[in-house]
Amino acid sequence: MIVGQLAPLAFGLAVIGSGIGVGIVIGKTIESVARQPELQGRLQGLMFLGIALVEALCFIAIAVAFIPFPVPGK
Amino acid sequence: MLNAHSLSPARVARNVVLVVLFAIVVVAGIFAFSAGASDFHGPSIDEFFPKAVLFAGTPFELNRIMLIRLLVVVVLVLMLWLGSRNMQVVPSRGQVVFEFLLNFVRKSIVIDTLGEKDGKRFMGLLMGIFFTVLGMNLTATIPGLQIAASANVGLPLVLAVVAYVAFIYAGIKKFGFKYFKNALILPGVPVALLPFLAILEFLSTFIVRPVTLILRLLMNMVAGHMLLVLCFSATQFFIVTLLFSGNFLGLLGIGSFAFGMAFVALEIFVGALQAYVFAILTAIYLQMSLAEEH
Repeated sequence: MIVGQLAPLAFGLAVIGSGIGVGIVIGKTIESVARQPELQGRLQGLMFLGIALVEALCFIAIAVAFIPFPVPGK
Repeated sequence: MLNAHSLSPARVARNVVLVVLFAIVVVAGIFAFSAGASDFHGPSIDEFFPKAVLFAGTPFELNRIMLIRLLVVVVLVLMLWLGSRNMQVVPSRGQVVFEFLLNFVRKSIVIDTLGEKDGKRFMGLLMGIFFTVLGMNLTATIPGLQIAASANVGLPLVLAVVAYVAFIYAGIKKFGFKYFKNALILPGVPVALLPFLAILEFLSTFIVRPVTLILRLLMNMVAGHMLLVLCFSATQFFIVTLLFSGNFLGLLGIGSFAFGMAFVALEIFVGALQAYVFAILTAIYLQMSLAEEH
């Protein structure tokens, strides 16, 4: 019998999504800075805001492990 | 022609070395967990709840992490005070470093985000947040201290509460009660959708923001510390336990030590990056509270 936690698995799955999301946000920012370098400051702010929003999902996945869900059959 | 650079022998050799080192560490980890499971002690979450050192049993009990925090506060205050006490027009070498750091926060975090006028109002707050987080993070790799003072929920919690109070205060100060209307109700949205969007906006602004500020800093420092402990306890296990008792699998310790050193460098980088991210997110949240319309 295999005994263990499923929470790390949930975190791993959540990270796939937010990893792709963060990648897209940063990549697009780099692209736009390459086009218009004078906007870098503003774009950086927007980039961090976007990253914070996308990353929030994987932090929620971490927090889920600590929520005491009722276990069926107990 | 295009790929001539990427195929240079030195580059290939370096990549091969990296791959081999990585393979060594993976194999080392597997052996550590299978062969010597009885001897090998991996890191656990207890790392972050050390025994009390002073005043045990009272509400003021101090453990190792608390003592490190107090030390960091003293060092930070001393450095900022001594650094800014005797400023010259022609700067000395120390002053150049100091001015570079202050200018970096001032220009690229505060002024770029908040603008000249509002930036000046919140300069002290954001400088304080940046230098506190930076100092507390860097203790992760200082020999003898070896744990980030922010790897325990207390410090990120307090800083996030400060940021939370600051951006709500900034909004209320400027718009009064209308701030909550600005924050919750988006312009140009069909009336039928407004309640749902208001709920979503409420969640993302007033609940998710502070919680992610806490978790981002905390989890980065916790995970970094865990990685370092894993690498160096594996090194200790391989070299001291296996190699000294004549088992040549112990040579794998060289690989885990090399990766431990690489993670030390990564940890310094992550510490500085998290300080930057915490400060700039606080600045952005302040800016969004102060913005006229969405």
